[in-house]
Amino acid sequence: MSSLGTQKNPLRAAIVGSGPAGFYAAEALIGSAPAVLVDMFERLASPFGLVRSGVAPDHPKLKQPIKVYQQIAESPQFRFLGNVTVGHDVSVKELKDCYHVVIFACGTQTDRTMGIPGESLPGSHAATEFVGWYNGHPDYRDLVFDLSHETAVVIGQGNVAVDVCRILAKTADELRHTDIAAHALEVLAQSRIRDIHMIGRRGPAQAKFTHPEIRELGELAECDPVVDPRDLELNSASREELADKRNRANIKSYEVLQAFAARPPSTRHRRCHIEFLKSPIELSGEGRLERVVLMRNRLEGEPSRQVARETGEIEELACGVLFRSIGYRGVAILGVPFDEARGVIPNRDGRVIDDGDVVAGLYVTGWIKRGPTGIIGTNREDSVLTVNSILADLPHLDVGARPGMDRLRALLEGRGSRVVSYADWQKIDAAEIRRGQPAAKPREKFTRLKEMLDVLGS
Amino acid sequence: MTTVVTDNCRRSRFTDCVLVCPVACFHGDDEMLYIDPVVCIDCGACISKCPVQAIYEDPIPADKQHWIEINAMRAPALPVIRTKQEPYPGAEARKKALGF
Repeated sequence: MSSLGTQKNPLRAAIVGSGPAGFYAAEALIGSAPAVLVDMFERLASPFGLVRSGVAPDHPKLKQPIKVYQQIAESPQFRFLGNVTVGHDVSVKELKDCYHVVIFACGTQTDRTMGIPGESLPGSHAATEFVGWYNGHPDYRDLVFDLSHETAVVIGQGNVAVDVCRILAKTADELRHTDIAAHALEVLAQSRIRDIHMIGRRGPAQAKFTHPEIRELGELAECDPVVDPRDLELNSASREELADKRNRANIKSYEVLQAFAARPPSTRHRRCHIEFLKSPIELSGEGRLERVVLMRNRLEGEPSRQVARETGEIEELACGVLFRSIGYRGVAILGVPFDEARGVIPNRDGRVIDDGDVVAGLYVTGWIKRGPTGIIGTNREDSVLTVNSILADLPHLDVGARPGMDRLRALLEGRGSRVVSYADWQKIDAAEIRRGQPAAKPREKFTRLKEMLDVLGS
Repeated sequence: MTTVVTDNCRRSRFTDCVLVCPVACFHGDDEMLYIDPVVCIDCGACISKCPVQAIYEDPIPADKQHWIEINAMRAPALPVIRTKQEPYPGAEARKKALGF
């Protein structure tokens, strides 16, 4: 048997998930010395993961990495199998039989809950649902968001929370020529929201949003950012955190907040209140969300390790809609170890481990590997590290030739699956772009699988 | 928006930045790296990776403004750097001298 990674016996790799982590893993594999063939599996008919369905529609520049992914996809060593759910349409065992290595790059598909009473009241949502909805993700397109109340609350202060605030704060005209889903634009255009409260449990020195994101809240046509100057008073530990040269980015965010606090009032009809040191402890209302009960916190602990402690001081905020954005967690895949506490696949340097032992041939990268931190580019470094582990393992992997996609495709089609190839996706892509032209949008996304398959005439 | 590589990179050239660039916008000569402003998406991923804090984004300080033109001129003429490389000889000593 020829050794693995040669022309006669190329390394056959399956990548599960087609977001940034998956594409950067493909890039690293294809760019490595051994002969490699990469097949990428995606449960939707469209690739690109959160770059397509997470990045906000008014941030077109942040979608530019798609150009890099398109180049990777055009490599003769790469194939795309869309509309295939691993663990459902095909088992992990079957994948292992067809490939030398399987890399999970499937992200963190669900959100963390707050674990407080009233969380499931109508009107209380996960930010991920709202983001998926306005971005035309098929899983969320039929959700209903009631924006007929004047007050919205966003719990959490990461960039996703800021995205949600900004989309709620913008006028329809500010969104009209983006790739926002038509169904979302229609609802947002009728929004009666006037006050948006973005609430964080810790202080301004600890907020996770980045300064370009928070700065944008001060550049909107009809919304003013509101910051209470008292919220910007820092304890000595927080002052120390901001004085640390490594926290240059946090200092910039803090300066943006200071500028917001000093802004004179205007006649803009919406306000986005950025509030600190408060945690929701209960949601309540008659049959639907009417108010959130907030506990005032104080910070305790060493610099960079400060935690929020309850003060016992409580306040109520009337609101009609609430979005929680306090983190994500992965979803377990049948046949793959899973860390329930952290919501990730347990691993060592990208090698999947089960009870401390490496599971040969299984790897992981991206959010499902390290948890939901970092931005698009962070996944490139992460995927390079995982691929380095694969290359180091190459001499120890089972060298037996694998059939790769040919057998899998037959298997899937025998089960009635309509596998969407990259050429198929290119047709869908072109149709979306055409659909967007009458409204001067970069594209009008298809939001149902059937619409996409109709483009393919199947 | 602009993101630029500045003087601290010269003769440091650690190249940690290129690993996290989602769009491969770094180019380099023997001494330092430059960002192609046409390709860069200003995501800021590279900024915190630089061991000598050579990368700046808007608002770019007055004493670093001239680097905007240097990056724009130099980058397109040089090869793209996508993978981590050996730092410039003596980079560690320079890092110390710069106070990092």
